[in-house]
Amino acid sequence: MAHSMAAKAEYNYDIIKKFAAMAMVWGVLGMFVGFYAASELAFPILNFDNQYITFGRLRPVHTTLVIFGFGGSALFATSYYVVQRTCQVRLHGDGMANFTFWGWQISVALGVISYMAGYTQAREYAEFEWPIDLLITVTWVIYLYVYVMTIRKRSQPHIYVANWFYIAFILATALLHVFNNLAVPVDMLGMKSYSLFSGVQDAMTQWWYGHNAVGFFLTAAFLGMMYYFVPKQAGRPVYSYRLSVIHFWALVFLYMWVGGHHLHWTALPDWTSTLAATFSIILLMPSWGGMINGIMTMSGAWDKLRTDPIMRFLIVSLSFYGMSTFEGPMMALKSVNALSHYTDWTIGHVHSGALGWVAMVSFGSFYHMVPKLYNTKMYSEKLIFVHFWLATIGIVLYITAMWTSGIGQGLILRAFDSYGNLAYTFVESVSYLHGPYITRAIGGALFVTGAAIMAYNLYMTAKQGKREAAKAAAAAA
Amino acid sequence: MKHDKIEKNLGLLMLFTMVVISIGGLVEIVPLFHINDTIEKVDGVRPYTPLELRGRDLYQREGCYLCHSQMIRPFRDEQLRYGHYSLAAESKYDHPFQWGSKRTGPDLARVGGKYSNEWQVVHLNAPRSVVPESIMPNYPWLLKNDLDYSDIADRMRALKKVGVPYSESKAEYEANVKEFGAEVAEMLDIQKAQENLIKQAQTGNYDGIPNRITEMEAMVAYLQMLGTLVDFSQYDEGHFVQFR
Repeated sequence: MAHSMAAKAEYNYDIIKKFAAMAMVWGVLGMFVGFYAASELAFPILNFDNQYITFGRLRPVHTTLVIFGFGGSALFATSYYVVQRTCQVRLHGDGMANFTFWGWQISVALGVISYMAGYTQAREYAEFEWPIDLLITVTWVIYLYVYVMTIRKRSQPHIYVANWFYIAFILATALLHVFNNLAVPVDMLGMKSYSLFSGVQDAMTQWWYGHNAVGFFLTAAFLGMMYYFVPKQAGRPVYSYRLSVIHFWALVFLYMWVGGHHLHWTALPDWTSTLAATFSIILLMPSWGGMINGIMTMSGAWDKLRTDPIMRFLIVSLSFYGMSTFEGPMMALKSVNALSHYTDWTIGHVHSGALGWVAMVSFGSFYHMVPKLYNTKMYSEKLIFVHFWLATIGIVLYITAMWTSGIGQGLILRAFDSYGNLAYTFVESVSYLHGPYITRAIGGALFVTGAAIMAYNLYMTAKQGKREAAKAAAAAA
Repeated sequence: MKHDKIEKNLGLLMLFTMVVISIGGLVEIVPLFHINDTIEKVDGVRPYTPLELRGRDLYQREGCYLCHSQMIRPFRDEQLRYGHYSLAAESKYDHPFQWGSKRTGPDLARVGGKYSNEWQVVHLNAPRSVVPESIMPNYPWLLKNDLDYSDIADRMRALKKVGVPYSESKAEYEANVKEFGAEVAEMLDIQKAQENLIKQAQTGNYDGIPNRITEMEAMVAYLQMLGTLVDFSQYDEGHFVQFR
């Protein structure tokens, strides 16, 4: 007992606290920007003729803040937590860990400022211009080094499954980031660059990157999170070891093939997009393998759903993971894609994954982890329930609005009258979007409100933990 | 080999992971650079003129690609609405590609020549003044800002490094004359970039303001050439199917 207490004291929790705090800052800010950009589409007057906040410039600000600011910081925080707890050693290199913190935060901040100023590579989810890309690369290499060195010092012979996923995420992200951002700067002192590849090869490289930003950054890594926090919170071991082995290797192998489904019916050759569609369908199996392994881990602890709001976040996140990994392969079918592509259906699909799976599993994990970091209890359990319902209702409004606008617009644009002419002009499809766009903005507003409540709740928890620690120290003295 | 071995050996775990994640990209991306039919043989496609290039830079700066695609798919409704489906060749000089992923507004792959310059200027400045239901932002600063073309030669040089045939030497110029004809080759000459840009702005007067070269000038010049390079009437219907 004394030994484990001493070991705990030696963990580097400081770095985790910093990343967790920034995850919440970027999360609330990024979700708010998303809400605002959504409102601009419903009411274009909100662009205010201001070049820095038009939809075209805010959209990458939103995606960067939520994916890299919130998601990225949440992954740094949880991966540093999980690797220390499962290896039972202190994180390697305090200075280097600190470098990853500052490198990452500065990259995100510079990125969004530069987009608003008009500097962008114009590649979705890879808008960072080349100097920021270099900073990210350095930060990432150090992240890998810190992670690897910590695992090498582990006091267990086995590397826990959560770390396989985190390692795969770090390696794959490095590979994707480097190849998708190959570019030649116009001026070594300027921001502007042109991509190394062009046209069809560039498109395929970008969507190989783009879909694996989803596959590794937003899925594999969050599965790592799931594999630690779900068993911990449920108080039960992982359901199937064999399933975790099989679905890990299948998932990391298959994901890399599916990016071409973003380019169905384009000038990408048919052989490539057909391969991508085929692998997308096969990918359903390892995806559901992960979902089943997570959900079945909770079996035997179902009664906790009534009383434990954290369990609710985790079970809902796994449900959305299962739902969107079913929807994805379906949308990767060429015939479905012919309707869904270029419409809001894609946006809805992304958000059922991003809000339903990524954000919900992060929320659940943070509610579990933050009190442990501060050696206290959550400030308010009631507020966790409030957050849960705001988030869940917000997601449902969001994705149903996007199904309505996406499928609706797809049908409107392909409608013919009885003479074989187009039944609608393009702008008639735009008018149709107005109602769903308002609903979507309301859904987003609920979701960000929930996240703000969470940030408050975590802040108060940290404060309470510090107060208790000070009291204990005073009593001991 | 038992999986147990991999779980105890970080080096093995990382090695196998790298192998497994590399295969998909190698199989799907690398051949696109080597299979000749990936990009169709077609006449007319040329690199952007200096003015169009600056317009394209502004198109990216404003994030137009987030609401407008430049990729017409081979469907009847898209054929009727936008024209012939897009060829890979038509974006072979696009660094980066701008196919887009979302149509909140219509596809722009063949918007060139569909509207007058005057309409484009009015529409970009205040879309709802001509299309009341539009939800596009106003872009009044395109008219207010003078176009910065001081580094146009550097931009073309950077593009030359990634493979766009802009010319610097006499030999490169001659090669362009052979490939694109004298008139186009002239426009691709980096030495004359500024001169050419000013000349095109003055003759085209895309922004409707004769004595200034605004950002609007470049933007409209770019939009007006989109999708106009290939003359599809030269080719039999179905000619391009062989490349798909």
